[in-house]
Amino acid sequence: MCGIIAVIDRSGGTMDGSGIRSALSMMDERGSGEGAGYAVYGAFPEFADYYAIHVFFDAIHESKAAVDQELEKWGTVVHEEEVPTYENRNIRKVHTPWRYFFRPDPSLMPQSMTPEDDIVMHLVMKVNTTIPGALVFSSGKNVGIFKASGWPEDVADFYRIQDYSGYIWLGHNRYPTNTPGWWGGAHPFNLLGWSVVHNGEITSYGTNRRYIESYGYRCTMYTDTEVVAYLFDLLVRRHGLDPELAVKALAPPFWEDIDCMDEKEQRLFRAIRLAYGSAMMNGPFAIVVAQPDGIVGFTDRIKLRPLVCGTRGQRLYISSEEAAIRIMEPGIEEVFMPRAGEPVIGRLAG
Amino acid sequence: MHRVTIDASGMHYTPLNRRIREAVASGAETIEIMNVMGQRFIADGVRGDVTIIIHGVPGGDLGMFMSGPSCIVFGNCDHAPGNTMDSGRIIIHGSAGDAVAHSMRGGQVFVRDSIGYRGGIHMKQYRDKCPILVIGGEFRSFLGEYMAGGLILALRDNRRYPVRERGIGSGIHGGRIIMRGDLLNERCLGVGACQKPLSEEGYRMIVPLIEEFSSHFDADPDTLATDPYIEITPTSSRPFASKYTWE
Repeated sequence: MCGIIAVIDRSGGTMDGSGIRSALSMMDERGSGEGAGYAVYGAFPEFADYYAIHVFFDAIHESKAAVDQELEKWGTVVHEEEVPTYENRNIRKVHTPWRYFFRPDPSLMPQSMTPEDDIVMHLVMKVNTTIPGALVFSSGKNVGIFKASGWPEDVADFYRIQDYSGYIWLGHNRYPTNTPGWWGGAHPFNLLGWSVVHNGEITSYGTNRRYIESYGYRCTMYTDTEVVAYLFDLLVRRHGLDPELAVKALAPPFWEDIDCMDEKEQRLFRAIRLAYGSAMMNGPFAIVVAQPDGIVGFTDRIKLRPLVCGTRGQRLYISSEEAAIRIMEPGIEEVFMPRAGEPVIGRLAG
Repeated sequence: MHRVTIDASGMHYTPLNRRIREAVASGAETIEIMNVMGQRFIADGVRGDVTIIIHGVPGGDLGMFMSGPSCIVFGNCDHAPGNTMDSGRIIIHGSAGDAVAHSMRGGQVFVRDSIGYRGGIHMKQYRDKCPILVIGGEFRSFLGEYMAGGLILALRDNRRYPVRERGIGSGIHGGRIIMRGDLLNERCLGVGACQKPLSEEGYRMIVPLIEEFSSHFDADPDTLATDPYIEITPTSSRPFASKYTWE
């Protein structure tokens, strides 16, 4: 049991972090105080064109030099700073969060169609598997991730998320079940533009992990949700599926439902199930995935976790509980529960 | 009439429930709770003849183990209102989430609008205790999953589309699911469930429930009572006998 909430302003209007802090705190019951986090898109307008690489250092003087060296090998750090934090009696600062604004040199990966993204992905995997005491937990352009071990309101205050604004926010309150809670295991999980919050379990993690690692991704955060970020990166960015189809690959229709579709649809869904059998996710889950141009929420095919949506004007909200949406938006106009396995999509206009 | 009003703004469910119990102990006949916003477990385990009026959006497990009170909700409910409820009533002027009336043992739950997945999962009955769930709008898959007793009545006020939910009555071994409309596509039925048009006896049984539903929500009982209905029941008295035991 975890709590998730997401909001997008489809016209690109910005919101500060105070609303999502209140909404997520309302769902404290869904967590255990061992992990909470937020993602915000549009967080760094002054560095919008650079990859915002966020790192947790265990001991900054020991491992930062190695990370710096790795970054310099592949491009230029245009700005770097410690992520500002504020003392909080309920959070022990066991890591130092740091952010680099980084410009990769595309000429260094000439064979790639998307050299900048691939350089950054390579860097994330390299740092996380070879530099002890350093963990890259966010690497998107103009995306900020703020997470730690603690309750939602404490983590929000620790980073003072009300000081950040953006057009997409994700929030997650963790109740760790299969692996211990730690800063790197708190959600959202991010790679490049992708951020994921997840309530539930991915029981097919082993299969999904073997599949995704065969494409060069490395799972280093001891928790199942990590694979979702990598699967979206693979299916959408690298294989070119649109997000609806990616959801249909990860939570596909049952065979007996495919049998009842018209011929063209049958061909499509059979092909998806055959091509992406190892990407299919089993188990109970409700997930929201964000990327710079929108968010998508979906559940497992038999609806073993809650997901409720609300809209007002240009804003789409997706949450574990309706009350959380109403705390952020008391004037909510429409509330609905999407069907199991059906994606709910909020796209940035234009 | 002894009436107590509680403002639940910003209040956690523990002090809220304490206030409710204090009010019941002091002999309140009506407790009105304002500004409810996601508080779970409201009125759980409360006993007595009291009406609890809830304004707002209560959190999960409203009225769990409740024995006697009537809860009237002006707003939508989250998951599992009426969870293992023993007796009393929950009347929801709105919709509700998944697992409504979960494991309910007695009493009645009326929902004006729609409910989510697994409504009435594992409802049961014993001697004079027969729980009843009445749904005005739509329901989602696995309605009456593992149902062991009781009655689910789905009025389906918006029947423009045929039911396309799966697993209705999946694992049902007691109780009955009655719904307005024609026979379903067999694909909608779960393992162990079968369907037939509602019998005369069935109509006689649902008429008082339709009247009560109509009185709560201002619906037209005459239209509701004359439409065709179907009934979903276990295929036999022990549909899963061979699954777990050898005789």
